[in-house]
Amino acid sequence: MDGAWNAHCTPMLPMSPTSIFSPESTPARWVFDLSLMVYTITGVIFVVVFGLIIYALVRFRKKAADDGREPPQIYGSRQIELAWTIIPILTVLVLFLASARVVAFTQRDSRRPGSLEVNVVGHQFWWEYRYPGLDVVTANELHVPASDPAKPRRILLHLYSADVAHSFWIPRLAGKTDLIPNFPNIMWIDPERPGLYLGQCAQFCGAQHAKMLLRVYVQTPEDFAKWAAAQKQPAQVNEGALHGKEIFERTACMSCHTIAGTPANGRFGPDLTHLMSRDTLASGIADNTRANLRAWIKDPGALKPASLMPAMGLDDSELDAVTDYLMTLR
Amino acid sequence: MAMQSMTLSRPPVARSRTDGLYEWVTTVDHKRIGVMYVLLALGFLVIGGLEAAAMRLQLIRPHADYVSPRVFNQIMTMHGTTMIFFVAMPLLFGFINYLVPLMIGARDMAFPRLNAFSFWLTAFGGLLLYYSVIGGYGLYGDGNAPEVGWWAYAPLTARAFSRGHSSDYWTLSLLVSGFGTILTSINIIASVLCTRCRGMTLGKMPLFAWMSATMAVLAILAIAPLTAAQMMLMVDRYLGGHFFDTQAGGSAVLWMHFFWIFGHPEVYVLIVPTFAFVSEIIPVFSRKAMFGYPIMVAATVTIAFISLSVWAHHMFTVGMSASSTTFFMITTMAISVPTGIKIFNWLATMWGGKISFKAPMLFCIGFLLQFLVAGLTGVMLATAPLTWQLGNSYFVVAHFHYVILGGIFFGTFGGFYYWYPKVVGRMYSGTLARWHFWLFVIGFHLTFDFMHIPGFLGMPRRIYTYEPGRGWDVWNFIVAIGAAVQIVATAVFILNVLWSARRGPLAGNDPWDAWTLEWSTTSPPPAYNFATLPTVKSRRPLWDLKHPEDPDWKYE
Amino acid sequence: MTRTGSASEKESTVETMPRTTDDAPWTLPSAGKVGMFALIGAESAIFVIFITAYTFYLGKSVSGPTPEILSPPIFLSACLLSSSATLEASIGNLKRGNTRAFAILWLATLALGAIFLVGTGFEWRHLIVDEGLTISTNLFGTTYYSLVGLHGFHVTVGLLLMALVAVFAGLGKVTRDHESKLEVLSLYWHFVDIVWVVVFTLVYVVGR
Repeated sequence: MDGAWNAHCTPMLPMSPTSIFSPESTPARWVFDLSLMVYTITGVIFVVVFGLIIYALVRFRKKAADDGREPPQIYGSRQIELAWTIIPILTVLVLFLASARVVAFTQRDSRRPGSLEVNVVGHQFWWEYRYPGLDVVTANELHVPASDPAKPRRILLHLYSADVAHSFWIPRLAGKTDLIPNFPNIMWIDPERPGLYLGQCAQFCGAQHAKMLLRVYVQTPEDFAKWAAAQKQPAQVNEGALHGKEIFERTACMSCHTIAGTPANGRFGPDLTHLMSRDTLASGIADNTRANLRAWIKDPGALKPASLMPAMGLDDSELDAVTDYLMTLR
Repeated sequence: MAMQSMTLSRPPVARSRTDGLYEWVTTVDHKRIGVMYVLLALGFLVIGGLEAAAMRLQLIRPHADYVSPRVFNQIMTMHGTTMIFFVAMPLLFGFINYLVPLMIGARDMAFPRLNAFSFWLTAFGGLLLYYSVIGGYGLYGDGNAPEVGWWAYAPLTARAFSRGHSSDYWTLSLLVSGFGTILTSINIIASVLCTRCRGMTLGKMPLFAWMSATMAVLAILAIAPLTAAQMMLMVDRYLGGHFFDTQAGGSAVLWMHFFWIFGHPEVYVLIVPTFAFVSEIIPVFSRKAMFGYPIMVAATVTIAFISLSVWAHHMFTVGMSASSTTFFMITTMAISVPTGIKIFNWLATMWGGKISFKAPMLFCIGFLLQFLVAGLTGVMLATAPLTWQLGNSYFVVAHFHYVILGGIFFGTFGGFYYWYPKVVGRMYSGTLARWHFWLFVIGFHLTFDFMHIPGFLGMPRRIYTYEPGRGWDVWNFIVAIGAAVQIVATAVFILNVLWSARRGPLAGNDPWDAWTLEWSTTSPPPAYNFATLPTVKSRRPLWDLKHPEDPDWKYE
Repeated sequence: MTRTGSASEKESTVETMPRTTDDAPWTLPSAGKVGMFALIGAESAIFVIFITAYTFYLGKSVSGPTPEILSPPIFLSACLLSSSATLEASIGNLKRGNTRAFAILWLATLALGAIFLVGTGFEWRHLIVDEGLTISTNLFGTTYYSLVGLHGFHVTVGLLLMALVAVFAGLGKVTRDHESKLEVLSLYWHFVDIVWVVVFTLVYVVGR
């Protein structure tokens, strides 16, 4: 699709990391370009009609020295009414054609050969990411390789839900698409510039809808390959953390969480195999530090009330052991 | 001496101040029912407004904790549900109830007892919704007020995700008041079609009557799908049904379709009566006949018709096919054409007139300018790709509040001041009305102009807090200040209503020198409306009386 | 079309409004009929939604019985549809003053409607007990019982209203003057029959 309306290609400095005015991926760029045209058309309409109304209010206001006679009564005018029917219809037609084009281009053959495919599963209140081609499973922080403008490569996101409706919205990368149970969706992005892109769930999904944050790490292809290779490994066994591992497996933790290479294979909560490779906890709401991790395990409800992870009622020494164990999961 | 004199020879009797509660509770008089609807709405307006204030306070800065997440979600749900079903609908039905029989020269609505029954159904529905706050503790101690958003999307409302009975209060209260709405709409249609006074053909009815009838038809076609969907939801929750049970192959998207088949026409149900108020007020305060009456009728009916075909523009992000998306895009854009035509007709009515800026007209001007903006942001959202970014964000919240507050409420306040002297018999205080207007303008624009910006910057809706560093903080702060100003403005309004009812100067029959039939009877009208039912020859019967040398019926 | 301004005059009481010289009768439609048509509009919209759900979910049940297990209730449908005919005949007789024929045909309408309901009850008993289909079995069960049940509910309401009229007729209180009210009721009953035609075609013919 040609960038006919996008006269300048330099991305604007974002005044917000989630501004729709600083697109960094083709779908977002197409929307941005269309939006400029839409703002212009609506802006012109606004100025003209607003101006006419203000003019009428001023020019035809009742003067102090009014003679009390009624003004000429005018019941209609065929020509005028025809004109202001035809012009709006033409305007609408132009807008429609421009938008239909973007719709078609965005949704047409989303699947391109060579795309990286990621299965995204929305949960209350976290994001699950599975890379079927790479045998990688992670949560809450999506890593993708940057696309080379000379040889564009799309990242195809298959959107599913394990419970209620959610919505995946990273404004700088694309418009949002919903994750609806029993209704798989597809969207694609092709960011060229490495960096961290933020967003959050955009469909009300329950108590902690506000805390289902999104973090997309766009990496150079080399960095991404390294990341994927590391993620693919099962969990390292660390002799010093065996006590914590045993507690993890003895209490109900393993029935909700997976740690590859161990008996823990629960699917209800995030995969923890490489927990310490992530920057944040609980879907972006807290930094991944020992203190936060310990506090989270002690009582998730304190950080994220109505989170679906229960407080397991561990005592202090057990908490320390489990935290130590989890901190070995790089 | 028992004199059984004919009531016809006595002057109209003003309503006695000693009318007790019993009279009001058992009344079938459309005027009293209209007043009760409006009072009900104003009561819920205060509650809904406080809910809004609580939300804006919680969002005044990131990570505030004035209310807990679940309470916020409950307030959010109750605010939307209350404002749509128990403020806007009753308010507009109240006006229609009071005015339509007077305007068409009738003594009452077609079915007075049905009218009263419908009112009490609505009132009960409102009560039931709020009973949830104290009465909703079901199993697991969960669930008092509903917290699923006013759309109650599936499967969030399934037993599995919505424990206790909170969602059931949402469903049942709306089911009950929905029946009230359908019955009132039937009444309006029958009244407009079957009880017009002699000479008043459909082409000679006030635009108010046309728009009321259109609104009623649309209300029937809109509420029925919601009723059906709510029945299905109850089957799912209590009879083990699977209408929206995705585990059994059911479809969450089906609920969305059913809800929005209701939800979109519903907002046209709300705006069309506002069009009616504005179409009566602007001509009178410009001293000119409505420009293009036939086109205004045609445009209104067209809008109602098209509005039944646009619903899935609320679902642009759901993942519909490109052809579905394109279809709903074209219908949504199409509806802007007749809407724009109406704005131009109002402009043309003012053009060449003699505009006086009394309170009713001030609010109508506010309506005109703000509805223009709201319509344009709607056009922006109609282009589906923009909705992919701006949908479910604060841009949408700003857009629809612009329509509802900037459009519907301003127009309705205009109507309030216009007909207040007729209903109460006394004139309101012009000074307080101007204070109300300007304070509300300032508060409204502070809140809802700036609210568009967080939408552009990626802030989704229905969140009880937000992260710092996203650039949303300062805008949310300004929004909250505007809310506070609007509260003050509303307080001024209520003060005006109450004070003027006792101390305002007597208004007389026709304080505005207007042209429709309600101004031909006393203020307030007697119980029987007119001593003798009128006969009309034109759209402006009082113009004909006042200008016998130059009556309207010569030119229509 | 414009005209010059004119001086405004303030007097305006209804009593001085000029009487129209046109003394043609001023007739408007009957409020009862218009109201009933509006109600039928609302009810139709509700049925359309249930019909949409039924149609959408055809073939989508994940498990459990499918529409093949249904057998078209021809006899019951014939009863219901002929009750519309007897109703029309009944009201026609009332118009002509034949109160006895009116009463007999009215009771026949009631009986035919009752047969339909009872027969539906038997059909459902067979479906529940012998075929294992309940409202919670699967999508087919949910949509079938909801749609047919909603219609059955409307039949029941109609029968109750007609029974009320029968009681009044038995007390000798129904006269020719009530004919228009009974026509309004008959509109409702005909609507219920038309809905059955649609439901029958969809559920027992097309969808099976």
